[in-house]
Amino acid sequence: MFEVIFLQFLNGLDKGSAYALIALGLTLVFGTLGVVNFAHGALFMLGAFCAVAFRYFLTLETVTVDPTKLSPWGQPVEVREPLVQAWFGDFGAWLVNYSVPVSLLVCIPVMLFVGIAMERGIIKHFYKRPHAEQILVTFGLAIVLGELVKAFFGPNPHPQPMPDTLRGAADIGSWLGMRAGVITYPWWRLVYFLFATAVIGAVFAFLQFTTFGMVVRAGMADRETVGILGINIDRRFTIMFGIAAIVAGMAGVMYTPLLPPNYTLGMDFLVISFVVVVVGGMGSLPGAIAAGFLLGILQSFASMTQVKAIIPGIDQIIIYLVAVVILLVRPRGLMGRRGVMEA
Amino acid sequence: MTSFMSRKDFILFAGFTIVVLLLPILAAPFGAAYPDLLQRFMIYGIFAVGFNILFGLTGYLSFGHAAFFGVGSYAAMWSFKLLSINALPALIFAVIIAGLFALAIGYVSLRRSGIYFSILTLAFAQMSYNLAYSVLTPITNGETGLRMTLQDPRALDRLFFEASPGAPVPSIFGMSLSGWNGFYFTALFMIATFFLAMRINNSPFGMMLKGIKSNQNRMNYTGFNTRPYTLTAFVISGMLAGLAGALLVVTDPLAGAERMRWTASGEVVLMTILGGVGTLVGPVIGAMMIKYFENIFSSFNANVLNNFYSFLPDGVREVMVTISSKFVGEGWHLSLGLIFVLIVMFLPGGVMEGVRRIAASFNRRANGNKAEARVATAPAE
Repeated sequence: MFEVIFLQFLNGLDKGSAYALIALGLTLVFGTLGVVNFAHGALFMLGAFCAVAFRYFLTLETVTVDPTKLSPWGQPVEVREPLVQAWFGDFGAWLVNYSVPVSLLVCIPVMLFVGIAMERGIIKHFYKRPHAEQILVTFGLAIVLGELVKAFFGPNPHPQPMPDTLRGAADIGSWLGMRAGVITYPWWRLVYFLFATAVIGAVFAFLQFTTFGMVVRAGMADRETVGILGINIDRRFTIMFGIAAIVAGMAGVMYTPLLPPNYTLGMDFLVISFVVVVVGGMGSLPGAIAAGFLLGILQSFASMTQVKAIIPGIDQIIIYLVAVVILLVRPRGLMGRRGVMEA
Repeated sequence: MTSFMSRKDFILFAGFTIVVLLLPILAAPFGAAYPDLLQRFMIYGIFAVGFNILFGLTGYLSFGHAAFFGVGSYAAMWSFKLLSINALPALIFAVIIAGLFALAIGYVSLRRSGIYFSILTLAFAQMSYNLAYSVLTPITNGETGLRMTLQDPRALDRLFFEASPGAPVPSIFGMSLSGWNGFYFTALFMIATFFLAMRINNSPFGMMLKGIKSNQNRMNYTGFNTRPYTLTAFVISGMLAGLAGALLVVTDPLAGAERMRWTASGEVVLMTILGGVGTLVGPVIGAMMIKYFENIFSSFNANVLNNFYSFLPDGVREVMVTISSKFVGEGWHLSLGLIFVLIVMFLPGGVMEGVRRIAASFNRRANGNKAEARVATAPAE
């Protein structure tokens, strides 16, 4: 019994990590700029497509027909060789193999650019406008980003292979002294969880231990006063938007081996992440992360066959159900501050 | 007439009625004069007008209205299957079920306002959608969608008539509702809905709703309990959404879960915003525009574009065709999203505000001196 529960707990971790990362970005944007960003899921998706595009360029290959070799059907064999491998040899092969983690390096500048362009181009004009209009304009933006991706990459999902060494599953049970093979957990999910923890830790450290972070925190508490002190708070908030976009993008890149991305990925995750933010408490960073993992794990438990036998369909609605209950019973969410968006 | 409806309203209503009834002629120059498209104008017009009663008057932005639309569709379909092929009981049944559904969801969601309300409605709509796809398959027939079959019981029909051979088609008292009949049937409901929206807009109830939109706290301080009012508005708009969903089933007998998806909820928001929130005619215009462009844009393909750019030299034409093909056909949602972003940014009042601004600029030009004089003295006050 313990094994079953532990396994479900582990299974919820990777989804929970993704929810937590997206919700972290959403909360950063809301806490700094006061903007409800419905396009944040689209940033997650853009990140995922950074990985797709990167791999596409890496795997451009030359096709040569080798007449000396024949296939079993008597046809000449086509020899395919990725250009990168032809140019760089072993390093090229390594690059193709590790394309997903390496594309994080591509994703960071791209997402920073996209985020800052979005903030300066559109969101800047919506600071003072009602939340409803912010939702509407970012919703439109999310449609545009999704459709742009669809125009270039087509409507079908693009599966991304994970590096060879990380294929297969880790035998976590045997690490803990249990029988081998009782609790196994795919390596890549473990990597994703560790990666998410690292990113979350980095963001918190950045906010807590750097001068920049201190100013941003001050600005979150009282924007006007910080402005009066002669600090260009708008610029720092714009950079924070860029950072939120990077976090979402990186989360998307690393998620591609788990779920082949297509253009609706952003919308699918956005709805849930918003629920996560609201459950955690609008504007509370620890709340967003706790709620992200909590809901991911809950969802995993709800999809156990034993649970589904008792309450059919619970796996489909558990997240929304929790959100409804939390919103009605504890209006400011799990860790929300009293009085912030409580109405 | 004056006690019932002011002269201005009467003119608006009469004008609207005439335009709707003459649509088959008026839409002809745009190449839209066929019943299939026109009745979709009417159906989504009803949906948007209903949505506007909630969002336009009270300011509560619901992101889950597609749920009521979908519930209306399923209810109408079950009435066709179980009771009768007649459209009237189907519509009544659908409106009642959608109303009950809206009452339950509204009762819970309206405890919160602002973004929380949006997320609550969204959560409920997603729940309905997910359930319709998975566990409720016996009722909704899941991914395939619910449709009529020859084996359906149709109790009322069997009671009075012999079972007619052939595939059943929705009708009203023996008159088939396909083709132009279908359009005029939906048009009647559109006109009735418009009338209802107009009455609500001018009634004390409507004034209350507008008061809630502009400042709910003050309404509370004045001693009004605002929740019954918002709940009534929510239920009315849910019922209209159910009516629209049922009408869609009447004209095209298939009910699927994807019309409950949150993108469908987003679409009705787009229609309302595009036309003009809080105006009477705006949502109808928005619905017509979106459905029209959806129809026109998605029918464009490379050939049409090649003809369109035929005056350009070959190289340039190819580039232009490649670029614009991203915006039409399959990619027409891209254009829709762009238009939507631009509208929200620069023209938050939608098409209606654009019309008003143009009219105002003409007026100013007509009696420019007077207006300028007034502007000049204004700051002194």
